[in-house]
Amino acid sequence: MAITDNTNFEPKILAFCCNWCTYTGADLAGLNRMKYPDNIRIIRLPCSGRVNPQFILRAFQKGYDGVLVCGCHPGDCHYTSGNYFTRRRFLLMKRLLEFAGIERERFQARWISGSEAGKFRDTILKVTEEIRALGPNHRMKEADIYD
Amino acid sequence: MARAGVFICHCGSNIASVIDVEQVAKSAEQMTGVVYAATNKYACSISGQEMMKQAIIDHQLDRLVIASCTPRMHETTFRKMLGKTSVNPYMLEVANIREQCSWVHTDKEKATAKAIDLVRMSLAKVLKNQPLFTSSIPVCKKCLVIGGGIAGIQAALDIADGGYEVTLVEREPSLGGKMVMLDKTFPTLDCSACISTPKMAEVGAHPRIKLMSSCEVSAVSGYIGNFEVTIKQNPRYVDHDICTGCGLCEEKCPTKLKSSFDQGLGQRKAIYKLFPQAVPAKPVIDAQHCTKLTKDKCGVCAKVCPLGCINFADQESYTTDTFGAIILATGYQLIDWGSHYPEYGGGAYADVISGLQFERLVNASGPTEGKIKRPSDGAQPKSVAIIKCVGSRDVAKAHGYCSRACCMYAAKHAHQTIEKIAGAQVYIFYIDVRTPGKAYEEFYDRTREDGAVYIRGRVSKIYEENGKLICKGEDTLIGKQVTVEVDLVVLETAMEPAANSGQTAALAGVSADKDGWLTEAHPKLRPVETQSAGVFLCGTAQGPKDIPDTVAQASAAAAKVLGLLAKDELETSPMISAVDTSKCSGCRFCEQVCPVKAISMIDIPSIYNGQKVKRTVAQVNSGLCSGCGACSAACRTGCIDLLGFTNKQILEEVDALWQ
Ligand SMILES: Cc1cc2nc3c(=O)[nH]c(=O)nc-3n(C[C@H](O)[C@H](O)[C@H](O)COP(=O)(O)OP(=O)(O)OC[C@H]3O[C@@H](n4cnc5c(N)ncnc54)[C@H](O)[C@@H]3O)c2cc1C
Repeated sequence: MAITDNTNFEPKILAFCCNWCTYTGADLAGLNRMKYPDNIRIIRLPCSGRVNPQFILRAFQKGYDGVLVCGCHPGDCHYTSGNYFTRRRFLLMKRLLEFAGIERERFQARWISGSEAGKFRDTILKVTEEIRALGPNHRMKEADIYD
Repeated sequence: MARAGVFICHCGSNIASVIDVEQVAKSAEQMTGVVYAATNKYACSISGQEMMKQAIIDHQLDRLVIASCTPRMHETTFRKMLGKTSVNPYMLEVANIREQCSWVHTDKEKATAKAIDLVRMSLAKVLKNQPLFTSSIPVCKKCLVIGGGIAGIQAALDIADGGYEVTLVEREPSLGGKMVMLDKTFPTLDCSACISTPKMAEVGAHPRIKLMSSCEVSAVSGYIGNFEVTIKQNPRYVDHDICTGCGLCEEKCPTKLKSSFDQGLGQRKAIYKLFPQAVPAKPVIDAQHCTKLTKDKCGVCAKVCPLGCINFADQESYTTDTFGAIILATGYQLIDWGSHYPEYGGGAYADVISGLQFERLVNASGPTEGKIKRPSDGAQPKSVAIIKCVGSRDVAKAHGYCSRACCMYAAKHAHQTIEKIAGAQVYIFYIDVRTPGKAYEEFYDRTREDGAVYIRGRVSKIYEENGKLICKGEDTLIGKQVTVEVDLVVLETAMEPAANSGQTAALAGVSADKDGWLTEAHPKLRPVETQSAGVFLCGTAQGPKDIPDTVAQASAAAAKVLGLLAKDELETSPMISAVDTSKCSGCRFCEQVCPVKAISMIDIPSIYNGQKVKRTVAQVNSGLCSGCGACSAACRTGCIDLLGFTNKQILEEVDALWQ
């Protein structure tokens, strides 16, 4: 079996970030001129509780190599309870995706507050490398399945 | 066909030094739906805005993508600008190419490619945007205050003095709460009743305050600016409209009971005023103990009343009123220590009393006229043990939190004992001494100088021996067992949320934490607001605190309410949930996840198999909805969507990279 070398693979990662915490934390990382890989695309949502399971499936189908769901720390949700629902939904989704053959590193949730710019950068660095190591998402990408 | 315009901001060199903005504009021009793309030195500047406004006219643009700094910075600026053009302010998406692109990447080529992607995503979204319109709701210029302790009193007075109508609902027969029971207040030792009763009287006489005692809130509907509140008047059996408060009935009533105001240490009658300076200064009948009401015997009060105010047939009644704002000031109660601390006698020893009972004992208008006497035999105690943190900071037995006021009032109680009883020996058992507050540490120091002996450690057992109370504990500073023999033990017991405060708050859509304290919107920045717009909180209902903090919070809540009531109309955000009732199956999932109770169910007429039927569907209250979108993620049929962040818009953003 040929071992593929993924060192030069540039994964595409989609992050759903809540407006009040993680999106703000990402902005702060910019304000502090922190550097992180350009593999990430952020979609801003009012709350991580807004993340519909459908969005995640669609991202993998369209060919994203990894998906992040980020929100306020439990207890800090701008809307009180949104991220608790996110957490439960995330665990279910994760099991479903693993069952469908999506490696666990490809789908992650992180709680990053508006002041945790460093944590945001570190998360992006780590997740990018983890997904790079896995190589492209062939398992769910429509284009690859129909080929 | 959509006619989108794309504007790429240089932000001086902030963006343009890393991203090739001209290249981004060129790529944007090629994207479907775009009729015009250009760069702009500073999009947010006046000239930048003028340039975009002109382009809207010249190219008949109907929506915009502005690639610039974070939308958290200038989305509002750009929406305001659009408000002056033919384009709806919500037909705008901001691509964040500064904070999330030029500032975090160094490779120009990669950063430019990413910026193009970000523009493509924003464009995909804006192509699905719908014009949205803010609506306004009128504000009813009246405030409801629930709870008539010092918190509610202060808030009501501030708002009424500010020129607005207030209704103050208190479930007890009088205003005052706990403060009016206290003797003196730390650290200044001013007489509590002397500073609180004038405020009570002011409430009673204020032309803009309607005081509703013996009342409770039974239902709340509506939203900020327009709450419909149902208030239950519990029967008082005395017509307060006629009663002058002459007191004859009280004097003649033959039934004597333990006074709750005196914490069981004094007596009152079955027809009674809570305390002499009660506001309203009129009596009520205690229905549980009045022999006329329980056994149809007596009726003396009705016979002696010169005005015929007594009405044994009185019933509870309900009234409904509209308010623009609500303040929750339901306060606290003290822990039922007996059930948590059997090792302290569990309530069996008459001379083991609570701090609030001590307050009544030292109070000149209390049952002993201010003389500290043992409840068991009326003797003056020569030695007193004060035990702090009974129920507080004790996860194993009761609560983990600190009750905040006890360190200070324990010092006060020690000081009062030493002052009133010559040669008295006072021991204070403590875990820590916490005195953060102006002149607080100095007060504690003075108490020690007075001669109070502080022993660091908890008391593990209290028992009676030869008419003395023996307190056994450990002095953790010297690591030894200590035993003190005293005549009186005062337990400084934990504060707990007032009974049913959670239920009352829930009526107004406010939640409580694990200990039952009501939750503020943000612990630092929105301390007196709640998650429910238009509902505020103050005082110990929010958490244990002393009077200075309670009053400060009450005035803060009042300031918030004044700011709200000063408006004639409120603008509501149009980025809220909307239901497509044709698809809704009435599963109620959305109702359960909504944090602000904005979703309710209604029955709508529908046709099924040619039959007229009723179908249950969700409806969103636009005044309440805060636009979080939890409902739409929970919706099984996809019928409830968040305007401005619709499923379609987000999916288009997801798809955009592979077009
Ligand atoms: C022994 C002791 C000594 C103290 N000494 C001091 C001191 O020296 N200095 C100091 O600063 N602080 C002291 N404190 C703290 C002080 O008592 C409180 O900070 C203060 O009284 C809190 O006021 P409040 O209005 O928040 O609550 P409360 O006084 O409890 O008032 C709440 C009111 O709301 C009413 N209510 C409750 N639920 C409802 C409902 N559902 N509907 C309608 N009405 C309702 C209650 O009947 C009550 O009248 C002491 C406390 C204790 C226990």
